[in-house]
Amino acid sequence: MSSDAIAIQTAEVAGRSWVETLHEWVTTVDHKRLGVLYILYALFFLVIGGIEATIIRIQLMHPHNDFVSPQVFNRMFTMHGTTMIFFVAMPILFGFANYLVPLMIGARDMAFPRLNAFSFWLTAFGGLLLYFSLLGGNGLYGAGNAPDVGWWAYAPLASRAFSPGHSSDYWTIALLASGFGSIATAINIIATIVSMRCPGMTLSRMPLLAWMNLVMSGMVLLAISPLSAAQLMLLVDRYLGGHFFDTQAGGSATLWMHFFWIFGHPEVYVLIIPCFAFASEIIPVFSRKPIFGYPVMVGATVCIAFVSMSVWAHHMFTIGMSSYANSFFTITTMAVGVPTGIKIFNWLGTMWGGKIQFRTPMLFCIGFLFQFLIAGLTGIMLASSPFDWQLGGSYFVVAHFHYVIVGGILFALFGAFYYWYPKITGRMLSEGLGKLHFWLFLIGFHLTFDLMHIPGLLGMPRRIYTYEPGRGWDTLNFLVTIGAFIQGIATLVFVANLIISYFKGTKAGNDPWDAWTLEWSVSSPPAEYNFASIPRVSSRRPLWDLKHPEDPDSRYE
Amino acid sequence: MSTIASPLPERPLAWKLPYRGKVGMACLIIAESAIFTIFVVAYLFYIGKSFSGPTPREVLETPIFYTICLLSSSLTVHFAGKLLERGSRAAFLVLWFLTIILGGLFLYGTGQEWHRLIYEHGLTMSTNLFGTTYYSLVGLHAFHVTVGLILLTIVLLFGLAGRVGPEQSGRIDVLSLYWHFVDAVWVVVFTVVYVLGR
Repeated sequence: MSSDAIAIQTAEVAGRSWVETLHEWVTTVDHKRLGVLYILYALFFLVIGGIEATIIRIQLMHPHNDFVSPQVFNRMFTMHGTTMIFFVAMPILFGFANYLVPLMIGARDMAFPRLNAFSFWLTAFGGLLLYFSLLGGNGLYGAGNAPDVGWWAYAPLASRAFSPGHSSDYWTIALLASGFGSIATAINIIATIVSMRCPGMTLSRMPLLAWMNLVMSGMVLLAISPLSAAQLMLLVDRYLGGHFFDTQAGGSATLWMHFFWIFGHPEVYVLIIPCFAFASEIIPVFSRKPIFGYPVMVGATVCIAFVSMSVWAHHMFTIGMSSYANSFFTITTMAVGVPTGIKIFNWLGTMWGGKIQFRTPMLFCIGFLFQFLIAGLTGIMLASSPFDWQLGGSYFVVAHFHYVIVGGILFALFGAFYYWYPKITGRMLSEGLGKLHFWLFLIGFHLTFDLMHIPGLLGMPRRIYTYEPGRGWDTLNFLVTIGAFIQGIATLVFVANLIISYFKGTKAGNDPWDAWTLEWSVSSPPAEYNFASIPRVSSRRPLWDLKHPEDPDSRYE
Repeated sequence: MSTIASPLPERPLAWKLPYRGKVGMACLIIAESAIFTIFVVAYLFYIGKSFSGPTPREVLETPIFYTICLLSSSLTVHFAGKLLERGSRAAFLVLWFLTIILGGLFLYGTGQEWHRLIYEHGLTMSTNLFGTTYYSLVGLHAFHVTVGLILLTIVLLFGLAGRVGPEQSGRIDVLSLYWHFVDAVWVVVFTVVYVLGR
């Protein structure tokens, strides 16, 4: 992946040796370069995670298929989940935050540039460690390989007795390293937003992207830290003979579940809130209207952050908690739907009566809007604990959370790619390939994940490596796999678009979308120092003020 | 583009944002508090659940003297910062050094207690749940004290080399914020381990 980076640079500054360029990229503390590194690194792992998903789907295409062994199947779903959450979604969102937040608030860099570089390399080494388990996971015992304990590594599966060798250790340490990287990045983003805003950029004038990344970072502090603590405990158990999750000595397996999900559920919002941020920047620009209900958007985001901290045990309805706990977590989970619904109405309100331009970023955001709504609705279904007793651990759940992550997060991310690629590279992504990518991905997505709900309702459990024929799952599973292939092809179209447009795309200019936030006021790609002189703003849409001096926003604030 | 031209008559803009070091440290403290919370919850959850001895009641002794040492080091570090702000470098160094001594004493106390527990009572991390939770919670805190002491010592060395003056007092404040946090966590750990846990 760094070879891409080298190619990018040598194309720009000819005459510089590749060692110098490589050195520049490895030692960089520039928030834009680190952002690009994060994004390239995540794209690399996206391909790996995608290949793992494809292996899972090929195995489940027919009943009694033997494409991979049960052991390999376990490794594949563990690695797929871990990779996609920790080494694709988190770094790619941090990459965008790194790139965009300083530009949007009129700062020249993050608050702590060197800490920023340190976080990136921690995350990068975390990913390498996870995949080194394929080589080093055997350990002294000759057992194990890649981690195979599921992405949540329930006790006692992850204890020494049931996970010999070092595969679980690689998993733990990889997550610990990337977790510390994430915490440091979150600290950095918060300090940047609180302390580095340009004059006039009050909190109520800040772009929503900055607001939502601020909230997201606050959640990272409170959500990733428990995971790190739990990982430390797991290491104590595995290496120092501790008994935290050792039921033989009075330890509790349920405690691990609580600790994991105290991280695990807020994590979903850590991932989706930056995607809300993308939608909140893209939808207004392509509807040619300012965002509808800015203060309510901010309030709803903060509200989601608060409520989502107390919903974690809805992942644990099936373990048998008390009826009070079940009721509490059912109610809080349903309550999250309220601020989320407010957001959806705000985006619709922004589009309502606007002059909507159906460019590729907007298409992806509209897809995001409707798919996220459906994902939220199946979430409300699963929030009801009796319903969850029936369907917890089935393919219905798998379909639900992939609807959130692919239909919501990934669609918004693709939108962000099409929207900010011109700023990052100076070239437009091809609109034709973009539309092909969108429609192919949309068809593949719905074929896979709409249909996946049904085998779940028919009783197909998750994590089985094969199944008996004649249960009504066969055709559905076959179609789900076909959908997965269509998504794979669409992703290849996207990657081709990224590469072709880099060399052949039309020049973007500073402001190809006629947008209103500060990043579009500087050249594409921006100079290393971002702003020649620090801007001064007097409204939420500084570029609107600049372009329309006769009717500036600041008049109405 | 240089500045965004404001169509309104320019008012002089008072623009002062919080110091980024303090914001960063405050965020770190939030994250660290979450980590400690998980360990404290585990400790509380496992009180009295060990299958075998030794139990906290049998072996733990309340470390009152060392607790006083650590808590008073919060005062010395605070006044050291104040003195530096006013420009009295020598007095700053004396109080700073005293902070390190007090922190070091506390760490010695922890070490001594662990030595006694291990060699006299045979309590290790793998003995029972009490051992697991006790050593990890107290150890996590001791680790933070150690990190704090290293940072304090670095500042002391710079100070002895004459490189720490009033212009650094903002950064010194950031470090003392961390030290206050380490002390505050001890109040929680002390309450949980030596008061509630017995």
